Amino acid sequence: MISDAINNEQVEILLNDVLETHGYDFLEYSHASIKRRITRLYGLDNFVSFAEFRYTVKTDKQYFKRFLEEITVNVTEMFRDPSFYKSLRQDVLPVLGTYPFIRIWVAGCSTGEEAYSLAIVLKELNLLSKSLIYATDINPSVLEKAKKGMFPLTYLKQYSENYLQSGGVKDFSTYYTANYSLAKFDESLNSKMIFSTHNLVSDHSFNEFQLILCRNVLIYFDKDLQHKVFNLFDNSIEKLGYLALGSKESLEFWPKAKEYKRVKMEKIWRKL
Amino acid sequence: MAEIIDGSPCAALIIGGSAGSLDVLLEIFPALRNDIPFPIVIVVHRKASNESLLTDLLKSRTRLAVCEANEKEFLSPGKVFIAPADYHMLIEQDQSISLDYSEKVNYSRPSIDVTFQSAAEVFKEKLVCILLSGSNADGVEGLKSVNNFKGRVVIQNPYTAIMPYMPQQAVLNVEPHVILDSHNMADYINKLND
Repeated sequence: MISDAINNEQVEILLNDVLETHGYDFLEYSHASIKRRITRLYGLDNFVSFAEFRYTVKTDKQYFKRFLEEITVNVTEMFRDPSFYKSLRQDVLPVLGTYPFIRIWVAGCSTGEEAYSLAIVLKELNLLSKSLIYATDINPSVLEKAKKGMFPLTYLKQYSENYLQSGGVKDFSTYYTANYSLAKFDESLNSKMIFSTHNLVSDHSFNEFQLILCRNVLIYFDKDLQHKVFNLFDNSIEKLGYLALGSKESLEFWPKAKEYKRVKMEKIWRKL
Repeated sequence: MAEIIDGSPCAALIIGGSAGSLDVLLEIFPALRNDIPFPIVIVVHRKASNESLLTDLLKSRTRLAVCEANEKEFLSPGKVFIAPADYHMLIEQDQSISLDYSEKVNYSRPSIDVTFQSAAEVFKEKLVCILLSGSNADGVEGLKSVNNFKGRVVIQNPYTAIMPYMPQQAVLNVEPHVILDSHNMADYINKLND
């Protein structure tokens, strides 16, 4: 990949086009990451000039769908960071289990692996029937995949190991049926999920939750945007609710962090 | 081989390695001076688990401050930043760190190419990158960028590397400023800004 095929000004031009023409605001994303995504896509799709690339992104609606899917990162995993899921299972969800009804928001859910992992833990704690998981993403095409609950079979060995390490005790294969190269997850799991597009940059709070899970999304945002999103979450979490982030993300520099208390060693905070 | 001392001072040093590179790092670190006037970034392929092992090992071999890189943290002189397992690490124009959980590059995350490329743009001729032992071709594209931006490319001598493939690929594809044996590296680093 040629890393200097597109320069910083061109990135700026392209992102301004995307905002004006399509209404998606990537201007506050971490620059180095978004530039790398753009350069990568430019190379993958064999564009010969920036002008051609720019024109296509601006005018070709079908291509813009691909652009959106490729410049956002949609790499995810079931039971990613097993110790995190262990803490959800042991420390967080049992507390929420004392509520009559549990509302959870998985923000930036991508293709849904984390939402399904969460549903499995809820099911094993006998809490799924009174839970509702709102799974949102900026990107409509990944949500279509998430709704289907079908994941490549080749990853299932890893997911099954993660599941066991996270404190799961069942045979993981009882949750899916293998269908050619895909594992189709049990429909009881997504019966309690609501999928919807939501843009953390421009959309507002839409409900109050007891748990918000947003993992490896904020690393792509600059500091100001991170703080805006923390404020959005703060407006969407009930008192004594929880906020869960990715393994390298932190509330640390956000001015209102004092109003949250860390749960053990994991990236989970409780609103005081 | 004679050392090449360039005019432009080093503003950042990045060391990338894979299989067989830990021995080299453990040889370099105890011999580094305590007042290194630039940040050092380490990108080493390893398993996603046993996270802090590398950081702890290197910490025990130097008086320099060693930490696992945090996102949005600023690089600062005399400090060692280790790219965390399972994330790519990029450097922003303001010399802060961005982490990225996107697709593996060369079957690797962190990928050496990713860090070399982003740092090349930021530090240009003031960047020094060292590629160590390893058994895949990660790092080669990154070193090309470093060369394009007039930074300095240093490659471990493939003949004395535990895993020669990675430095060999680099030597074949990129014009290095210097090829060094592991026992000469600490001295080279210590004298970079003399």
